[in-house]
Amino acid sequence: MATDTSALVLESVHAYYGHSHVLHGVSLRLDEGRLLALLGRNGAGKTTTIMCIAGLLQAREGSIRMFGRALGRLAPEFIARAGVRLVPQGRRIFPSLTVQENLAVAEQKRAGGSPWSFARVYELFPRLRERHRQGAGSLSGGEQQMLAIGRALMGNPKVLLMDEPSEGLAPLIVAEVGRAIEQIKREGLSIILVEQNFKLALDLADDVVVINTGQVAFSGSADAVRAENELVTQHLGVF
Amino acid sequence: MQFWQIQTLNSFALGGLLFLLSSGFALIFGLMRIANLTHGALFMLGAYAAVSAMRAGFGLALAAVIAALSVAVVGGLIERLVLRRLSGNAQGQVLATLGLSFIASDFCLIVWGGDTIPIQTPAMFQAPLRFMGLIFPTYRLVVVGIAVVVGMVLYLLMERTRLGAMIRAGVDDMQMARAVGIRASALFTTVFCLGALLAGLGGAVGGPIFSAYPGLDSDMLSLALIVVILGGIGSLVGTFVASFIIGFIYTFGTALLPDLAYVILFLPMVIVIAFRPTGLFGTIRT
Repeated sequence: MATDTSALVLESVHAYYGHSHVLHGVSLRLDEGRLLALLGRNGAGKTTTIMCIAGLLQAREGSIRMFGRALGRLAPEFIARAGVRLVPQGRRIFPSLTVQENLAVAEQKRAGGSPWSFARVYELFPRLRERHRQGAGSLSGGEQQMLAIGRALMGNPKVLLMDEPSEGLAPLIVAEVGRAIEQIKREGLSIILVEQNFKLALDLADDVVVINTGQVAFSGSADAVRAENELVTQHLGVF
Repeated sequence: MQFWQIQTLNSFALGGLLFLLSSGFALIFGLMRIANLTHGALFMLGAYAAVSAMRAGFGLALAAVIAALSVAVVGGLIERLVLRRLSGNAQGQVLATLGLSFIASDFCLIVWGGDTIPIQTPAMFQAPLRFMGLIFPTYRLVVVGIAVVVGMVLYLLMERTRLGAMIRAGVDDMQMARAVGIRASALFTTVFCLGALLAGLGGAVGGPIFSAYPGLDSDMLSLALIVVILGGIGSLVGTFVASFIIGFIYTFGTALLPDLAYVILFLPMVIVIAFRPTGLFGTIRT
């Protein structure tokens, strides 16, 4: 029963890129309203895990469920419509659309209430409002990241996946993105955050999962990690 | 004087028809990355469908609407029943669409016979317009007008509607478009039907100029390929401009240097591929 009330449950997910076996039975659980930081070295399988949840890579084995609903075999657009939205690595905003259009194509209202709208996204990122008629391709990296987050929120997600939102951004912008994530989290959204920025991730996280060579190496509460940093650093090595 | 003036108008009319043909081809290629080699056949089907509709008693305007809608349905079936199963397999799509266009031309041969079937210019456009001592064939002006109106409607559809934004998002990054909830399947069918509709409309509207004849499909397909390569794949403005450039080159080439008509036609394409592979306006490499 515990699995049914969790926002997202992965059970022994295996995934491949061609013939190379990348995920070797990843299991993790994201509880409702919490932020789970997914950490690991480069190539450990963090992005692959995110891609599997979003349906952009088909898991070969194992199950993925959101609030009890199996997502495993759904096409990405139906996973998105079911309520999983993605802030992808590298932002991947639509460069030939305006800022407003980037948000519009992702808009989805939900029967259970739709807290997010153009107005709320512009409130979260006033810079996007200033530039709403501008081509998204001409935005700075930080603004593109804000747009990628806003675009995901326009779908009124039940689960938000964020893959390295701080990547390639100046420290000031990282702090701004961090504040935005904190605010989104306060609204009760369930979030998986993949980060190379260990400090940012730990500041925001409730739970921590470390992946190493395609397997879960550590899983625990962020409090425990904050109290005893070695818990995680021994699995990450690089920090 | 009369020669230049008539050939100029012919060039514009051909350009307009090429735009009707090529805009759909470019749209389909930009979104689905499919080189739809049935596009010439869809144009020819439009011409023959207009023939049948006019034999049933409809005027050209209504016949063109019927032809466009019928060809749109055919396009939708091709996408759903054949291309859908070949997604990601570019070679398979090329071969399948080529095979389908052969089947379509045989089908036309069986149903409408091998003789050229002229399509009557509507009576109201038969008399030439006289203006400042010059004589203009009225129907060619009408064709240019239709192309310009269709071009504007397409532009507004692409730039001012949510559907247009969804299509452009798909052209930018199809995988990400799906990840924001855009239904790829419905979008592909819509765009393919729209492209087929425009080709069918072109075939019918072009009827009084080209007539309906076996071989119309391959004549038009090669022109469409040249237009989209010159204009840039996925660029509506580029397709529009390139359609008229090719309209002029082809018309004047065949009139002035008939022996070199194909050299004059294909040379700009070769030059563009060699020196500007994205076309004059496009962003996607051919």
